[in-house]
Amino acid sequence: MTQELLYWQALNRALDAEMAADESVFILGEDVGLYGGSYRVTEGLYAKYGEARVRDTPISENSFTGLGVGAALVGMRPVVEIMTINFAMLALDSIVNGAAKIPFMSGGQFPMPLVIRVPGGIARQLAAQHAQRLESMFMNVPGLRVAVPATPQDAYWQLRQAIASDEPVVLLEHEVLYFTKGPVDPMAEPPPIHQAAIRRSGKDLTLIGYSRSALQVQEAAVELAKEGIEAEAIDLRSLNPIDWQTLIDSVNKTHRALIVEEDCRHAGAGAEIAASLAERCFFSLDAPVQRVAGLDLPTPYNGALEAASIPRVADIVAAARALIGAKEKAAA
Amino acid sequence: MEREMMHRLLRDMLLSRVFEERAAEEYQKGNIVGFLHLYPGEEAVAAGVINAAGPADYIVSTYREHAHALVRGVPARAVMAELFGRATGMSGGMGGSMHMFDRQRRFMGGYGIVGETYPIAIGIGYAVMLRALPETVICFFGDGAVPQGTFHESLNMAALWRLPVLFVCENNHYAIGTEIHRHSAVPEVYKRAAAYNIPAEKVDGMDVLKVYAATRHALDRIRRAGGPQFLEFETYRYRGHSMADPGAYRPPVEVKAFQAIDPLTVGARAIEFRYPTAAELAEVGPDNIGRLTEHMISAGHLEEAEIAQLRKDVEAEVEDAVQFSLASPQPTMDDAWRHLHCNRHHEQLLTA
Repeated sequence: MTQELLYWQALNRALDAEMAADESVFILGEDVGLYGGSYRVTEGLYAKYGEARVRDTPISENSFTGLGVGAALVGMRPVVEIMTINFAMLALDSIVNGAAKIPFMSGGQFPMPLVIRVPGGIARQLAAQHAQRLESMFMNVPGLRVAVPATPQDAYWQLRQAIASDEPVVLLEHEVLYFTKGPVDPMAEPPPIHQAAIRRSGKDLTLIGYSRSALQVQEAAVELAKEGIEAEAIDLRSLNPIDWQTLIDSVNKTHRALIVEEDCRHAGAGAEIAASLAERCFFSLDAPVQRVAGLDLPTPYNGALEAASIPRVADIVAAARALIGAKEKAAA
Repeated sequence: MEREMMHRLLRDMLLSRVFEERAAEEYQKGNIVGFLHLYPGEEAVAAGVINAAGPADYIVSTYREHAHALVRGVPARAVMAELFGRATGMSGGMGGSMHMFDRQRRFMGGYGIVGETYPIAIGIGYAVMLRALPETVICFFGDGAVPQGTFHESLNMAALWRLPVLFVCENNHYAIGTEIHRHSAVPEVYKRAAAYNIPAEKVDGMDVLKVYAATRHALDRIRRAGGPQFLEFETYRYRGHSMADPGAYRPPVEVKAFQAIDPLTVGARAIEFRYPTAAELAEVGPDNIGRLTEHMISAGHLEEAEIAQLRKDVEAEVEDAVQFSLASPQPTMDDAWRHLHCNRHHEQLLTA
């Protein structure tokens, strides 16, 4: 039955469903238990499942993430919450050298059913050390899957799929999405965890976003439609692997692509997507693939500067107009 | 101790020594490439600790783990073939010297990042605790890994949640080239465990009988009382940190002093090892910790003729391992992709 849920509630339901179904699922992280989670995602689970399965940890990111790796090696299904992606830097050894490598370097002997949930992105004036995205850092690691849900329904589906997966999955949750609302049907059959979703069909250009920017490209598409520009809005849903087929089919139809990422432009997700689309769709492109991205700048504390350092819907609309030459038309 | 176990300890130590010296030769020939960290001098620790563990216990090891695998019962063929990078190696040729795994024997890997074994071990321990099983986890690390942050993070959690982990420090006095007094403010490693209320003991790691007894005792306490235990074994590596390191920073007198307490035996000394040579050891005089054979001979458990036979046996086993490795196929790129995606279970990706 479809319900309207907040993004954090959808994640909470997903955890509850998996923990009820499988005793090998357990949660650990800072303040996930008694406190209920920094973004309420684990609310109520400590009371329901007890402290052994909803474990409050000391502030020791590398070791409690590595604890998850060790438990996954012997078939448990740990869900590690790292309070924010900024602290995931301290756990990179466990994620990159551990979770991503062990199944491979053991010659395929071990499962790694580990989920690492990481809130991230630019929230509201949290300043440079608490306002990063860093998704390209994880995209670059073979052996890791990176899922980026933008809606409560995807948050629900993708977290459940991540827990069920025997591969390590980093689930990047955007901090401003936790209190967004949307329909969640827990009974509906989910698409594959890495399948991109076409949120709006169009013929004039392809707008590609993920996580928060997936919502922004939909808003931009609505704006563009008022000017008679039919944009196709795609929500990537996964950054590793990437559903290239959906992107290629779209670009072969629209002949133009614009990627929107909140992460820094330099060597970001957009660079990988633009390069791959240029390689695969060169002859059907009418213009170079474009990017609207965060500035290559540590996030300023000042609110106006912070807002100016990441893509806004108006930026996307302007870039889309420029890409299809609409600006010239409007001026004529 | 049973006579049978003493023989087993002696055999494991001899096999480890002969295996490692042969690995050094094969490295010089170019059959083994990359980093190769050898174990001679430290055999009493691997043999004593791992023989004290049961088949249901887990072993988490470092990048100096060939002897750990051998003592755990991994065939020398599979260990050598991994060094040769062959498909028949423990890790299918994907891991090499530093990353040996054997799921069946609960040999949970060799890890190449210093200080990485602690979180893995407490994670396995956490799973054991959740499942309420009478299993333990043995976590190896060197003195060089003690100043890492994960040591403190993981010992704290192990003690806090009473995880069934035995922390085993192989203190060979060196973090690669930096001697322990120059890398640790508290050079008595076992004392550091007190900061987390973990019972700890320092044991002579050149005496396999003491290593075995201390480990048995510690594992018993974990099984009976729950919670972690900590053992520091003072030992020494006769070689450099790796084949890329001649170990020239160590005073010759120090090397010689530790060679004098070689954990191998009077009988074993007759074998022509490069480190130490029989002549070198003869010069030093009767070693005070060639204890095992001396003990076994004096207790009537061992005769000279048996030592010679044992030596022949392990040499033949290592020779067989080398020939097996040379004859083994190289892994293919298909194998590499298959190993990377071993947990994908034939999922079809939408990658075009």
